[in-house]
Amino acid sequence: MPVVLEHLGKRFGDGAPVLDDVNANIRQGEFVALLGASGCGKSTLLNIIAGLEAPTSGALEVPSDGAAFMFQDAALFPWLTARENIELALKLRGVGKAERRAKAQELLELVHLGSAGDKRPHELSGGMRQRVSLARSLAQDRQLLLMDEPFAALDAITRDLLHDELERIWKETGRTIVFVTHNVREAVRLGQRVLLLSSRPGRVVQEWAVTEEHRTDAGLAGQLTGVITARLREEIRRHAK
Amino acid sequence: MPSKSLSGSAPNAAPAPSPDGFRPSDEASGSGRPDATPWAATGAAPAAHVHAALTRTSSGHEDLRELESGLDSLQSDADRKHRIDWSRILLPVAALVVLVLVWQFYVSLGVKRRDLVPGPLDVVGQMGLLWSEGKLQQSMWTSLQRGVVGFLISVAIATPVGLLLAQVAPLRRAFGPLISGLQVLPSVAWVPAAIIWFGLTDATVYFVVFMGAIPSIINGLISGVDQIPPQYRRVGTVLGASRLQMALQIVLPAALPGYLGGLKQGWAFSWRSLMAAEIIAVGGTIGFGLGSLLDQGRTLSDMSVVMAAILLILGVGILIELLVFGPIEKRLLRSRGLLAGSTR
Repeated sequence: MPVVLEHLGKRFGDGAPVLDDVNANIRQGEFVALLGASGCGKSTLLNIIAGLEAPTSGALEVPSDGAAFMFQDAALFPWLTARENIELALKLRGVGKAERRAKAQELLELVHLGSAGDKRPHELSGGMRQRVSLARSLAQDRQLLLMDEPFAALDAITRDLLHDELERIWKETGRTIVFVTHNVREAVRLGQRVLLLSSRPGRVVQEWAVTEEHRTDAGLAGQLTGVITARLREEIRRHAK
Repeated sequence: MPSKSLSGSAPNAAPAPSPDGFRPSDEASGSGRPDATPWAATGAAPAAHVHAALTRTSSGHEDLRELESGLDSLQSDADRKHRIDWSRILLPVAALVVLVLVWQFYVSLGVKRRDLVPGPLDVVGQMGLLWSEGKLQQSMWTSLQRGVVGFLISVAIATPVGLLLAQVAPLRRAFGPLISGLQVLPSVAWVPAAIIWFGLTDATVYFVVFMGAIPSIINGLISGVDQIPPQYRRVGTVLGASRLQMALQIVLPAALPGYLGGLKQGWAFSWRSLMAAEIIAVGGTIGFGLGSLLDQGRTLSDMSVVMAAILLILGVGILIELLVFGPIEKRLLRSRGLLAGSTR
């Protein structure tokens, strides 16, 4: 198990807990979608798994080499070209200069941007930037890849394509992926498992398995989407005054 | 790991549409209608299992590559060619000509005595005279050399200090107000002190230049660092950057626009301080600079020398901006996509 969360809790200062008693096991090579409405502490949970923040209670087990992280905005460095952005990740990982260039080109090819390597981030479209960002997080060469709503700011056409792209890359690289989203359809489209987090405090309230049939049969997928949406809304309704 | 599935769902599940009005039942019956998908227009429409967003939307690796490259070319701007924009050269020249004409017109009205307000031609004549005496070249060279050397040393001192202050919070809290204060203090105020300490030597001039330039470069760098989007540091942390790598590979390049602003101001301050020092401290082993020329003009009550010196000091400032800082800044901003829509 690359990631084990046991009774994880987090509160900032004296405020109400953001996360409370979060339990989850994530298997090697699994694609888990973490779903929840605003204020459910999705991003906080991801930060804890990434080691960017410390939990206030409970225990967690994560890979010793840490995790790769992909953010909602591509967060590419504007002073570097697409290739240099990837090369920087390799450099900070300690990859030698000679090897860096070839490896960066390989990663650019993987995200279908082999010919756009010399472009600056501002010359790329939103979808292309996110793909460079994905390549950069793959350059970190960590088994665990954490993604914080990486496609939330993209247009629908691009997002649909990137879903296919991410699924393909996940299968090719065998990464363990934890994908945070507030989009039910996205969670069903991508995850092998969908974990629903409640809001204030965040807690895993229910989980669903998504089978291969859901990937090919829109009827089944739609049904599951409906079920999860209903459960999510029930969670949101609890907070009505 | 047991997973709860469909049976454990909420009672009102079946009719629930997702937030964007998508209805699962419609989509299920509408399968196999490629004309309803956005992909149809690309001509690569896959046949059977197309259900927007809910399931796989492309029919294989090659199809995906093709779709993506189509979308990429639709979403990227076509390359624009950069041509020489003549208005950039002609407009400033025209403005200069107008100003000189106004000056000449005022002088020819004869409101003031000619030796108090010399005309443009008198000043140009005086410059020619100074050139033939070799004074113009000498003073210009002396000042420029000192200004540039003093500025470069200031940069070498201020950059590491600025980075250190920006990155280490206690240091910043301790010395930040002092550095800001030093920037407000006119560096001319240091001239008397410098003369007492160093006498009439080059050390006096350089000391004053440093006191003018260093605080302003440090401040520029710090404000540049303050304006870095916090996301960049987080990315750096996630990518595993050490403290030094973070400072050199991420913070410094990210702060470059602000840093360059600080450098520009630092140059302006060192040039001003230099002139002030040269005007006040004359004699000893201090060489003959533009400030000294200006002071000489005042002593001799020769207004055309004074005007010539003022124009030369101004000219050097404009030239450095046009030839050094302007192009660097423009390149920097363009490469980061920050130039679009500006009036530069």
